[in-house]
Amino acid sequence: MTVPSLAERFRADFPILDQTVNGHPLVYLDNAASTQRPTSVINELSRYYRHDHANVHRGLHALSTRATALYENARQRVATFLNAEDPESIVFTRGTTESINLVASSWAGNELKPGDGILLTQMEHHANLIPWQIVARRVGARLYFLTVTGDEGEIDWSQLDTIFTDNPIRIVALTHISNSLGRINPVAEVCRTAHKHGAVTLIDAAQSAGHMPLDVRAIDCDFLAFSGHKCCGPTGIGILYGRKSLLEKMEPYQTGGEMIVSVTFEGAEWKPPPHRFEAGTPHIAGAIGLATALDYLDQVGRNSIQENDHHFGNIAATRLREIPDLRVFGPLDERAGIVSFQLGKIHAHDLVAFADQHGVALRGGHHCNQPLVRKLGLHATARASFYLYNTESELDRLVAVLHSAAKYFG
Amino acid sequence: MDFDELYQEIILDHSKRPRNSGVLPPPATRGSGYNPACGDEVTVFVLKSAEGKIETISFQAQACAICTASTSLMTLQVKGTTQEQALEIQRHFIDFLTKDGSSEGLGHLRALAGVKKFPQRLKCATLGWHALEAALKGDAG
Repeated sequence: MTVPSLAERFRADFPILDQTVNGHPLVYLDNAASTQRPTSVINELSRYYRHDHANVHRGLHALSTRATALYENARQRVATFLNAEDPESIVFTRGTTESINLVASSWAGNELKPGDGILLTQMEHHANLIPWQIVARRVGARLYFLTVTGDEGEIDWSQLDTIFTDNPIRIVALTHISNSLGRINPVAEVCRTAHKHGAVTLIDAAQSAGHMPLDVRAIDCDFLAFSGHKCCGPTGIGILYGRKSLLEKMEPYQTGGEMIVSVTFEGAEWKPPPHRFEAGTPHIAGAIGLATALDYLDQVGRNSIQENDHHFGNIAATRLREIPDLRVFGPLDERAGIVSFQLGKIHAHDLVAFADQHGVALRGGHHCNQPLVRKLGLHATARASFYLYNTESELDRLVAVLHSAAKYFG
Repeated sequence: MDFDELYQEIILDHSKRPRNSGVLPPPATRGSGYNPACGDEVTVFVLKSAEGKIETISFQAQACAICTASTSLMTLQVKGTTQEQALEIQRHFIDFLTKDGSSEGLGHLRALAGVKKFPQRLKCATLGWHALEAALKGDAG
């Protein structure tokens, strides 16, 4: 197998990586929490604020016209990135969390009746769990969960059809790639089964959007959410893709300026989607920076990033398993570049603090997956997550630091 | 190095071999502390004598080394004190970590001074102390 050496070609595009932390060259392995930004995105944000900034959709002057064009071009860019049929199916939000809250509130909050079912998996991030708990409580709907079993975090997908047959499931919301297990879920098949039973589908693509080709028409999902900062873009900007026929029937999520056609003292008429869902001044620079980030990802090649992710995920899991007393979570093969683990009895916080002291940035905690981590019989795990700029010598540094930690705390 | 200041020998020792570890049945009172940021949990059990002094104290922790060691050292420090004295030691210890207060009379708890350079670990160092306060004011069970 030829290993794509993306880092060799692209690492220099990320200026932040060139620094020392606690006297050691930084090894950034917290990419599932947030990736870093290439120079092109940093420069575009600066260029926009230096030359083109004004409020969008309201000014008649040159700067506002330019800002509006850039903002709406960014929407088109996202539509192309997702192979969405129409830029009007792209809503700018603050991030995955807000995108899912929007659907839970504006779709489920109005469509679901008492007794209706919401189907989730046990590996959902809190962002794709709590909004559904809240709406279920509000409308009297019921939550159903696909069970996750073992350290490998398996889901028995063969039971899916029966779950739909036996229960009044109206929507299924699931993660594309688990942020703690690195497991990749068969989202297209889930959507096919759901649609056969007349259910609506939402894909949490927070961990997949920056890591692999995404095609909402091939997946055939009704909603898909992701965050800019997990795919080389700015923080505070995210995307909700929605099937236009559904968005058109949905009530606004927030109300105020920008989202209305006409207002009297007594009432208002909403704009059509997507602007109906973008009350107030949006994160204009964020949207423009995100478009630049998506350009960058396509320049690197999303197929290459996916191959690189799988390569690092697999070799990292294999090498970590060779460390005595180290328990790796997630699938044995075909994993994303995310590896959660527990080293002996060392608490994840102690381990992460130790790694940081050696310049290695890891995540430690429940990764906003508290029910799942508890199910594994743990309170916290450590996590290493890789991206296109990570190198094999950085993986060596991780392995070395874990050996040292075992000695230090052992 | 700062890190070894944080994880001093005595901290590592108490985290690996926590003193007064375990559960006390009623009539001992219990109190818990929970850190939602990391899921860490500490429960402290206290049994007072007829004179109101802490006669027996124990704890159970699902927690990091800093938290476990701080709680373990705490049990040694407050054993035999009255509720008022124990809460005074708690205040003194937290002031020492957060307000650069004096370390006088804190004994081995001074080993936690390294936390001052790692403010993100302050919650770890104080979780057991909040559980102690809850146990002192808490119900049996």
